[in-house]
Amino acid sequence: MAGKVLAFANRASEQIGEIISSPELEARLDRIPTRLSDYGVDAFGFDPQYVKRVIGLGAWVYRHYHRCEAFGIENIPDGRCMLVSNHSGQLPMDGAMIAMAMFLEREPPRFCRSAIERFVPETPFVSTFMARVGQFLGTPENAKRLLEAEESLLVFPEGVRGLNKVWSERYRLQAFGTGFMRLAIDAATPIVPTVVIGAEEQSPSIFASRTLGKIFGVPALPITPTLVPFPAPTRYRIYFGKPMVFSGDSNDEDDVIRAKVDTLRSAMQSMIDEGLKAREHVFW
Amino acid sequence: MRICVTGISGRLGRRVAQLLRRKHEVVGIDQRASPGLPANIVHHQVDIRRRPAEDILRNGKFDAVVHLGVVHNFRIPSEKLYARNVIGTETLLRYVSKYKIKKLVLLSSGDVYGPMPTNSHFIGEDAPLMASQRFPEVRTLVAVDRAVQSFFWRHVDIETVILRPAHIVGPHVRNAPSNYFRLRIIPKIMGFDPIVQLIAEDDLLRYIEASIEPGVRGVFNLASTDPVPLSRILKALGKPTLPVPYPLFRGFLERAWKYRLTSFPAPELDHIRFNAVLDTARARDELKTLPERSLYEILEPFRAETVDD
Repeated sequence: MAGKVLAFANRASEQIGEIISSPELEARLDRIPTRLSDYGVDAFGFDPQYVKRVIGLGAWVYRHYHRCEAFGIENIPDGRCMLVSNHSGQLPMDGAMIAMAMFLEREPPRFCRSAIERFVPETPFVSTFMARVGQFLGTPENAKRLLEAEESLLVFPEGVRGLNKVWSERYRLQAFGTGFMRLAIDAATPIVPTVVIGAEEQSPSIFASRTLGKIFGVPALPITPTLVPFPAPTRYRIYFGKPMVFSGDSNDEDDVIRAKVDTLRSAMQSMIDEGLKAREHVFW
Repeated sequence: MRICVTGISGRLGRRVAQLLRRKHEVVGIDQRASPGLPANIVHHQVDIRRRPAEDILRNGKFDAVVHLGVVHNFRIPSEKLYARNVIGTETLLRYVSKYKIKKLVLLSSGDVYGPMPTNSHFIGEDAPLMASQRFPEVRTLVAVDRAVQSFFWRHVDIETVILRPAHIVGPHVRNAPSNYFRLRIIPKIMGFDPIVQLIAEDDLLRYIEASIEPGVRGVFNLASTDPVPLSRILKALGKPTLPVPYPLFRGFLERAWKYRLTSFPAPELDHIRFNAVLDTARARDELKTLPERSLYEILEPFRAETVDD
C-alpha cells in the first residue's frame, strides 16, 4: 500500500515538473515556423517565449487528463490551412486539445491560431494572454492576413451554438456559418475536416437557460451536473480528415456557398458517426 | 519649388521649414509669432481664415502647400477648435483649388482610426475613421481628414496627400505619447499590453519631404517601428511602472483633467489599452523612403539613465 502511494507521489511530482518546465516541449516550440520581429513577437502579438511558460499545462491536460489520441495527424499540410472542427463541451477545451495535438504529435510541430470572441479585447489579462498564445480577433481581414502568412487557422463554424448545445443534441452538428468557406476559397486554402470525440461528455448540459444567459450576457447559460461547467476527464479522440479544397467565386450567392458548406458538414458528420462507433468507452 | 507651410510656428512646423528650406523656398503662415526662424524663410503672421491669407496664396506662386496647422489641443473649447481646424482647412482648400496650386499635403494622424477593441489587427488606409465614436473631442481631426479626402476626389488635377503617422515621438515633441514616455514612473493599465507603433520625428520629416515630390498622391499610414507590445517599450525605457486597473485610472484622469492637473484626456487611455497597428505597406511601396530610426534610437532620449543625467 505504502509503495503504491509512493509511486503515485513520484509520478505526480514528475508530472508537475513537466508542467513547470520541459526541455522536450521547449525544443518543439523552437521548431515551429514563426515570423517574429526584432522584439520577439509576431505582428499579431504571438510570443513563443511566453508560450514556453504555459505550454506545460496544456501538454499535461492533453496527455494525462483527457489522454488524447490523435488520428490522421499527417493530413495536416505544411503552409496555409484551415482546420474546421465540431465544437462541444461547454468549455472550449476541444480547441486547446486540437492545438496541442498539432504541437505534440505532428512532425514538424505546428502552432494553430483560432479566433477569439469580440468581448475578449476588452477583458483585462485574458486579452493579453490570448494574444501572446497566438489567438486573434475573428475578423475576416485578420484571418485572411494570417492565411496569407501561411499560418494554420482553427475554425468552429458552429460557434457558441455548438459549444452550448444540450445533452440530447450531442454529436449532432449544429448550423454552420458560411464566412469561413468564403475565406477558404478566397485565400485558396485547403480545409482539414477535424472532429473531436469525447468533449461532449466532459460537461453535459441538461438544460440551457436563456433567461440566465441574458443576465450573464451569453446566448444561453448551460445547467450542468456540476452547476458551473467543469470538464470531466473524458478521453478525447481527435480525427483529422483528408484536406478538402473548395473553389469557385468567394463572393457568390449564399445558396452556392451554402452547398459547399453542406458538403463539408456532412463529411464531418460521418467522421463523427464513425468515431462514435469505434469508441468503446467514454473514459477509457 | 515654392512651398507654403501652415502652422510653421509650432515645434514640428519649424523643423519642417528648416528641412525644406535646403532645397526649396519656404513661406510660412501661422497666427502665432515665430521668432528665430532662419532669414530666408518668410513668415506671415495671419489667421488662415482671414482676408490677408488669401492674398498670400493668390500672389505666392506656390507649387505646394503643406498643411500642418491642425490644432490638437483639446483644452480649447469645441466651437473654437472646430472653427480653427475645420473652417481653417476648408478655407485653405478653397484657395488651393482657386489659385491652382498643384500639390496639397495634410499632416493628419493615425489616431483618426481610433483604437477600438473591434478593429482588425492591421489598419489599412481605407479603414473607417472611428476615432470620435469613443472620443468625441477628436471629431475635428476626423472632419479635417475627411474634408481633404473629399478634396482629393473632387480635384483630380491636384496631387493631394494625406499622411497618417503613428504616435510621433522625439526629444522635441510635446504630444501625449512623448510626454507619457517622459514620466518618471509610468502608469499602465493592469492586464493590458497592446501592440503599438511609433514614428520618430525625424522619420516623419523625411516622409513629409518625400510626399512633396511630384507624382505622389493618396493616403499613407506611416510608422518607424514594427508593431511592438507596449510592455517591451516600457522595459526598454528602464523606468518603474505602475499597473492601475482601468476604471480607477480612467476615473482619476477624468477628475484630474477637469481640474487641469493633467495633459492626458481620459479617452486617450484607449491607446495604451487596445491594439492599433497601421498597415504601412503603401508608404513603403510608393513613397520610396524607408524609416531610419530603430525603436531603441527613438526611446534613447526617454530612458531612465538619460533623463537622470
